[in-house]
Amino acid sequence: MQVTMTVNGEEVTREVEGRLLLVHFLRDHLGLTGTHWGCDTSNCGTCVVWLDGEPVKSCTVLAAMAGGHEVRTVEDLERDGELDPVQRGFMECHGLQCGFCTPGMMMTARALLDRNPDPSEEEIREAISGQICRCTGYATIVRSVRWAAAHEANAGGAA
Amino acid sequence: MTTVDERPAGFENNDHKPVGHGRMLRKEDPRFIRGKGRYVDDVQLPGMLHCAILRSPVAHARIVSIDTTAAEAHPKVKAVVTGAALTELGLAWMPTLSGDVQAVLATDKVRFQGQEVAFVVAEDRYAARDALELIDVEYDVLDPVIDVRRALEPGAPVIRDDLDGKTDNHIFDWETGDEAATEAVFASADVVVSEDIVYPRVHPAPMETCGCVADYDRIDGRLTLWSTSQAPHAHRTLYAIVAGLPEHKIRVISPDIGGGFGGKVPIYPGYVCAIVGSIVTGKPVKWMEDRSENLTSTGFARDYIMRGEIAATRDGKILAVRTNVLADHGAFNGVAAPVKYPAGFFGVFTGSYDLQAAHCKMTAVYTNKAPGGVAYACSFRITEAVYLIERIVDCLAYELQMDPVELRIKNFIQPDQFPYRTKTGWLYDSGDYEPTMRKALEIAGYDELRREQAERRACGELMGIGVSFFTEAVGAGPRKDMDILGLGMADGCELRVHPTGKAVVRLSVQTQGQGHETTFAQIVAEEIGIPPADIDVVHGDTDQTPFGLGTYGSRSTPVSGAAAALVARKVRDKARLIASAMLEVSVADLEWQKGAFHVKGDPAKSVTIQEIAMRAHGAGDLPEGVEGGLEAQICYNPENLTYPHGAYICVVDIDPGTAQVKVRRFVAVDDCGTRINPMIIEGQVHRGLTDGVGMALMEMIAFDEDGNCLGGSLMDYLIPTALEVPDWETGFTVTPSPHHPIGAKGVGESATVGSPPAIVNAVVDALKPFGIRHADMPLTPSRVWDAMRGVPRPPV
Amino acid sequence: MQVPAPVEYERATSVEHAIGLLERLGGSARLVAGGHSLLPMMKLRLAGPEYLIDINDLHGELGYVDVGAAEVRIGAMARHRELLESDPLAEVFPIFRDAERVIADPVVRNRGTLGGSLCQADPSEDLSAVCTTLGASCVIRGGAGERVVTMEEFHRGPYETAVGDAEMLVEIRIPVRPGGSSAYEKVERRAGDWAIVSAGAAVWLDGGVIADARVGLAAVGPNTTGLPAVSAALRGREPSEELYERAGVLAAESCSPVTDMRGSADYKRHLAKELTKRALRRSVERV
Repeated sequence: MQVTMTVNGEEVTREVEGRLLLVHFLRDHLGLTGTHWGCDTSNCGTCVVWLDGEPVKSCTVLAAMAGGHEVRTVEDLERDGELDPVQRGFMECHGLQCGFCTPGMMMTARALLDRNPDPSEEEIREAISGQICRCTGYATIVRSVRWAAAHEANAGGAA
Repeated sequence: MTTVDERPAGFENNDHKPVGHGRMLRKEDPRFIRGKGRYVDDVQLPGMLHCAILRSPVAHARIVSIDTTAAEAHPKVKAVVTGAALTELGLAWMPTLSGDVQAVLATDKVRFQGQEVAFVVAEDRYAARDALELIDVEYDVLDPVIDVRRALEPGAPVIRDDLDGKTDNHIFDWETGDEAATEAVFASADVVVSEDIVYPRVHPAPMETCGCVADYDRIDGRLTLWSTSQAPHAHRTLYAIVAGLPEHKIRVISPDIGGGFGGKVPIYPGYVCAIVGSIVTGKPVKWMEDRSENLTSTGFARDYIMRGEIAATRDGKILAVRTNVLADHGAFNGVAAPVKYPAGFFGVFTGSYDLQAAHCKMTAVYTNKAPGGVAYACSFRITEAVYLIERIVDCLAYELQMDPVELRIKNFIQPDQFPYRTKTGWLYDSGDYEPTMRKALEIAGYDELRREQAERRACGELMGIGVSFFTEAVGAGPRKDMDILGLGMADGCELRVHPTGKAVVRLSVQTQGQGHETTFAQIVAEEIGIPPADIDVVHGDTDQTPFGLGTYGSRSTPVSGAAAALVARKVRDKARLIASAMLEVSVADLEWQKGAFHVKGDPAKSVTIQEIAMRAHGAGDLPEGVEGGLEAQICYNPENLTYPHGAYICVVDIDPGTAQVKVRRFVAVDDCGTRINPMIIEGQVHRGLTDGVGMALMEMIAFDEDGNCLGGSLMDYLIPTALEVPDWETGFTVTPSPHHPIGAKGVGESATVGSPPAIVNAVVDALKPFGIRHADMPLTPSRVWDAMRGVPRPPV
Repeated sequence: MQVPAPVEYERATSVEHAIGLLERLGGSARLVAGGHSLLPMMKLRLAGPEYLIDINDLHGELGYVDVGAAEVRIGAMARHRELLESDPLAEVFPIFRDAERVIADPVVRNRGTLGGSLCQADPSEDLSAVCTTLGASCVIRGGAGERVVTMEEFHRGPYETAVGDAEMLVEIRIPVRPGGSSAYEKVERRAGDWAIVSAGAAVWLDGGVIADARVGLAAVGPNTTGLPAVSAALRGREPSEELYERAGVLAAESCSPVTDMRGSADYKRHLAKELTKRALRRSVERV
């Protein structure tokens, strides 16, 4: 079947099998390998992307189901050579080690900040609780998101 | 205090990073935060095919027949390979890292659920998976051996009847310490405490599963293997031995690795299948295990059943410790440890205490479970050793009605006793334990916590405070004692300074998230004064790096880190000769200040390392006997292990109605000697603490009586999320290693080793009103509730 | 990673269209909404439909949460997050927010739906326990029109519902009565795990006396079940710790948990009691 969707602002059309998972569509068909996979049961959250502005687990969405919708991946966080504050926060606060869960974590963090510009530690922990990190122990991820909240591009010039 | 931020104020970007040790942002992060890391499954080659493996649904069965006809007829299938086909190639069995053999594909029997039976190579991963359904295997199911305690019973089914003359499930007996001396101490001790302590089977479960892309070039006989390997050089040598391929024709590339934790040290059948698949089809073949395959077939950890005994005087002087261990090694002895150490470094079970005697007796057996045993940041079984001693010391404190901190401090090895030879023969290099313990007490506010606990207990609340103190042994290892399959555990390192003063350092170790590209640039920067930004760190490619044994057992900093420092000093020594010519003074008149040589007494007269580099490569004469260029290579053989230590304090609250455990606080004070990048060290510690919460409270690979794995997905094998762990509180002390060139010790596994006993000790402490002295991991609500009611512990 | 077997994908544009597709394709077709129950089962090859009918486009039609004076109507495509965030719903039935906070995780809640959760009919599923507690009824639509069933009728057994091959669940209706409140308690091994045991409670007070009360449990039997014996014991009495205790004991006696990796049967029975008490206590405090 043919599927057409918008990925990172660009419309793409591909011939796919009905069963193709969105994560494989992104990785294998579009070469967007920033989105990872780590389990079979939608428990790990390394595959989180945005579907129509909300974080979803792309291992549990068929590419066909995303047809006609808008997908955003980690590759779209940096825009016009400008890193997203979330990306900078993860670097500044050591929010990543092996980097495997990082794209999913950052996509969820970005969505959280869009809805809640000043999340508490508990709110951040809750937001990422469907995503597993085996390296950081989460504290530095929480700090990274707090850092981003304090350094949003239009957050009153905080730097 | 939640963080130790050692960066100077105003430090906002990478342009102002220190030249050398200090908090510095990671060089690897810019690619990861853009989704531009390159992991094995990101490798796409033209014409690449996909491999999927058919696995046994049962734990123990004879294979009657395998029919692959329908799978071969699948239009997208390029090859179907069974054990019989591998037998013809001489590849049906492969050596393990412990002198045993393991089936690549089962030929005679399957010996654990999830064992590899056949594989398919197809045009895409979906078709490969479909074709597995078309393979028809007939099994004659046999009785399995699941309960490790019954493995040696007469009449138990013999799992390894493939081994000549094997009539039981015994693998080895191992012993350390002095049995008679220990018995003598126990016989006359005031107090003896015994406890049965189980360290259940767990799994490292890195977020990236294992996998590879094998690309065999039939024309020049060259194999390129992108692989999730923590030890690319060792793997290359083993592939040469296993597959009979010439070693110089094999290139192993470990690109970015999504966590390893020891699970990516062994060679698994899947890698060999992909290689065979590529040889058979002439195309690149990718194999990535799914999560169930990862959890059920590769790299489990622990699975020790320990009887711990401790002898002491009435006033709390610990005299001796002994233990009897039953080790479940699964269906093949695949332990990844130095050859002379079948129980890894379990021998350090004497802990941080000055004892009169110690003894351990261990028996290892086969069961119908997946092979493995050494993984999950265990420092070659020191997790088990530290858990044993730190649990049994708490049991002693319980019996003596003594504060567990006081008991530990009273028995610490004293600073003037280092280097300290333990009763099991290990030579602790350095340590100063009490200040580390005191620092943890101070951060935690220990006395106040005990007061709070007394108040809460009076109201019926369950609050627990757990303490552990560990001594680790990392940095394997001295080649006279330590080898893996005959390969000495030394590490090479090569440093080249280019004419413009930029440099490249090539390592034999491989990062899986530890930040080697940053830490090693800092080590070299500290030694030769070239900024870390100007130093490229190359690793994870056998064609581009010197030989060495890889990253596990917290060995990168103690072994390869030493190599990096020494190779930089070698370059600096040469630079000094050139500088003396450039400044026209004798070598003795030169003074090194980071980045430049100065003439003593005339600091204005100097040359920078960059100027020296250009001179080394440029026109004009060099001093007599000095070759052009500015580079060096070494192979570092450590003279001893390094022995980091730490003091951990955990505070838990237990809901008396539901028995749920909440980790309220966790304080970790680590001493890993000289600290290269405090930010990275803190991250390593946080990681291990989270492992500890996982193992202590939720993680377990369990089996039913038929040998079905009950932890085969992340729905069943629970790993902590951000909601189960507290905001870690860390601190440090610094006791440098006397034999490491920069005084550093490893830290990658300290917290995984040290945290489980602190958490279990806290839970048991909370349950003190119920008269509980011990409870086994994982302390799930149901098991805590059982403990509260005195229900006998279930066998694991 | 594991991947589903081949399947034909169809997308429904309306409820009628979906039912028409189901009628045409028969028992080999399955509806997919959020996909978080069905797709993992398909990946593990425990489910293998020939056709998937994607009903996500029906969110506009069935994604509503209508809180009326006498009745709450929730469309089957309402997503977990919408249930979590609905203030009017939390006002009248706080049990929904209690439960939604602990169902799966926030990312899954962005996709998963009320209808999907109920139709999966997992005995550990939380929204089924919530609907049972509240005495909800389920509106099932087929080619011949709509029928309305109680939760007891809806759940036929583990993973089995009253929804026929060519039917779909379209709405949940919950009666609103004055003087009531509700609460949900769940014990899990870890955030995002299925319940070891969950208990929902709803009480309606009249002049300081319990006019009616309902308790629903998850993970302690073949289905989430309401406990009429508990309701009977509570009606007409003044709320008290002794009464909660008696209700808890009755709840524990009425359930049939089994030992598994989540916990022993004894422990689960204990939780049935403890969580029933807690949920009742909290419900009463909220009235």
